[in-house]
Amino acid sequence: MKSKKFLLPAAVAGVLALSLTACGGGGGGGGTSSGGASGDAANNLDGRGPITYVQGKDNSNVVRPLIEKWNAAHPNEKVTFKEQSDQADQQHDDLVQNFQAKNANYDVMSVDLIWVAEFAAKGWLQPLKDKTAISTDGMLESTVKSATYNNTLYAAPQSSDGGILYYRGDLVPNPPKTWDEMMKMCDIAKQNNIGCYAGQFQKYEGLTVNAAEAINSAGGKIVDDSGKAAVNSSEAKAGLTNLVNAYKDGNIPTEAITFQEEQGRQAFEAGKLLFHRNWPYVYNLAKTDGSSTVKDTFKMAPLPGKDGPGASSLGGHNIAMSVYSKNKATVADFIKYITSEETQRFYATQGSLAPVLTKLYDDQELVTKLPYLPVLKTSIENAVPRPVTPFYPAVTKAVQDNAYAALKGEKTVDAAISDMQAAIESAGAK
Amino acid sequence: MSTELQKPDATAAAGHTMPSRESADRKQLTQGRWAYTLLAPSLILLAVVIIYPVLNAIIMSFQKDSGLDPATGFFSEGGPAGFENYTHWLLQQCTAPGGGSVACPPGTLGAQFWDSMGTTFFFTVVTVAFETVLGFWMAIIMARAFRGRSLIRAAVLVPWAIPTAVTAKLWFFIFAFEGIANKLFGTQILWTGSEWPAKWAIIIADVWKTTPFMALLILAGLQLIPDEVYEAAKVDGASTWQRFRLITLPLVKPALMVAILFRVLDALRMYDLPAIMTQGANGTTTLSILVVQQIRQGFNTAAALSTITFLVIFLVAFIFVRFLGANAVDAATSSGKAK
Repeated sequence: MKSKKFLLPAAVAGVLALSLTACGGGGGGGGTSSGGASGDAANNLDGRGPITYVQGKDNSNVVRPLIEKWNAAHPNEKVTFKEQSDQADQQHDDLVQNFQAKNANYDVMSVDLIWVAEFAAKGWLQPLKDKTAISTDGMLESTVKSATYNNTLYAAPQSSDGGILYYRGDLVPNPPKTWDEMMKMCDIAKQNNIGCYAGQFQKYEGLTVNAAEAINSAGGKIVDDSGKAAVNSSEAKAGLTNLVNAYKDGNIPTEAITFQEEQGRQAFEAGKLLFHRNWPYVYNLAKTDGSSTVKDTFKMAPLPGKDGPGASSLGGHNIAMSVYSKNKATVADFIKYITSEETQRFYATQGSLAPVLTKLYDDQELVTKLPYLPVLKTSIENAVPRPVTPFYPAVTKAVQDNAYAALKGEKTVDAAISDMQAAIESAGAK
Repeated sequence: MSTELQKPDATAAAGHTMPSRESADRKQLTQGRWAYTLLAPSLILLAVVIIYPVLNAIIMSFQKDSGLDPATGFFSEGGPAGFENYTHWLLQQCTAPGGGSVACPPGTLGAQFWDSMGTTFFFTVVTVAFETVLGFWMAIIMARAFRGRSLIRAAVLVPWAIPTAVTAKLWFFIFAFEGIANKLFGTQILWTGSEWPAKWAIIIADVWKTTPFMALLILAGLQLIPDEVYEAAKVDGASTWQRFRLITLPLVKPALMVAILFRVLDALRMYDLPAIMTQGANGTTTLSILVVQQIRQGFNTAAALSTITFLVIFLVAFIFVRFLGANAVDAATSSGKAK
């Protein structure tokens, strides 16, 4: 009797707890494949045949016309398009699951540049050398860097993105070239009773982008070329101090700590900001939005740095080949097709995606259509890829948490930077 | 088979007459076997969808996450970990760069374990307390007979019917700096940008969303109380407060406890609201958010964390069922009897 009285509640509690945590407890499939340089990467190098291209949601209908064109020219090596969701995290997890399952049907995929090192270190990406080599001549150096891990090219730059300083041309005659110049111009903002500068300072990926820009622009680094934590330097501290002081002085308005891209854009369009750091997509919206009060007055400049243009964080996607693909020769051809000048031009005109080929930025026809290209060129030429490390999720967390605490004044810049260093080191130590 | 089956039927039909010892044993035996056969499909299903993932998570939690081999730059298998993944969370110990372990530095997930445990319990206690009081009040209103009662009951359900992710996005806009909340009250609070406002924003959103669930469960309990009991109490001269305290509360307690149990377990695994409204910033990281963030950094450590979460929820559920008398099974059968 006693035991029954005890067991029944236990069983009930167990079933309830089980059913409630089951969705969280799944955890995902187990182990990791190691190796990579040999094994799968050496197979099927000459294979030709139909392949599948995997990419996130194709919002501006760029992929399908490109694939139709390819399929017309290559009837025996047709490409099928597998469209993922439009959420970056879901795309990442979908790729991971298929790599773990060694799915040969995921031949070639568009990879956010922050995932390249992780996938490469897991041995999932085919090194683009020897038989599968891709030429990177004429591509922007920073984009090639973002596709390189351990001195090996693991993906080809596909599309790029960089930060731009939007400013009020009616209030600021000449854009600031350096951070200090910009801070001096904040008096203009005060006279007009608007905020001076804002980027993306909410605690999410955007804060990593902005903190990395501040640190890189001041000459600091987050990780060194071998992927080791290298943020504990006086330059990095100076960079973060710039942001922290600007927030403390009110040059960055208080509410900017809740800004992602969209809130910042809305504030700029509403005329509440003198300077605003954002991506190129803002240009079209600020020009055409009915609610935009700065349509005719806003202008663009490269991000301000220490002595000249600042170091933008690089955005964009790279195109990579799976080591499990059966038709790697076809995939290599397809990657060449995607990175060709013709395709890159189509990306720019149809999808407003920044090209990875340097010369397209000076192309008159494109510049007329996308007036931000010259500014973006400066931005991307000076850009630094976000930390290239297989532990990117841990590194971005270390940067966000500590930069956010420093911005809010919860810890000093010195403490934030040394905690950042320790947290990045501990991520790599596993 | 059919002849075997007829016997128990026959004894059952015999009603209360005491069956012989032999046939009672036989009845028990055959019925037991038959019962297991009938239960097997659902037991197998439970094993596949619940027990297997949990066991798998527990096995994974004793494996090390794959680490980077500095010589090749590739990940290599981690091997067995013992209790390392658990001490990582419970003692907040991280691997030091040179080997050995150090306290997890701020900015790692490990450093957040006890904070998020506290946050999770804080949210659970506060939201469930508000929901119980408000839910009770709403249930009492809905239990009265008045014109438009069914309309009210349907309307109350609206917040519960909206998917949590959508609710979270709605409140995210309401609590934006330029949002309705600040406009309405003429304040300049950084709702999602500072610690206590962020916590309250999430509590308000959660209470708004789940109070109807509480109210409906309590309403169901209230309607089981026969009117005669109240009439008798009135005849005896009991005041409204006495009727509430001595009749409503004790009689509604089984339903109330089940409602609280469900809400507590639900609140302990809260994910969507803080994930969307604050991304876990400003002291709103719950255990579930921590698990999801960890999954992207290493499955095995995440498995250990989800096992810990599971044990915590199990313990809370056990305490409720064993000591506070919230028993979903008993409540269901006793309400059947009450009829």
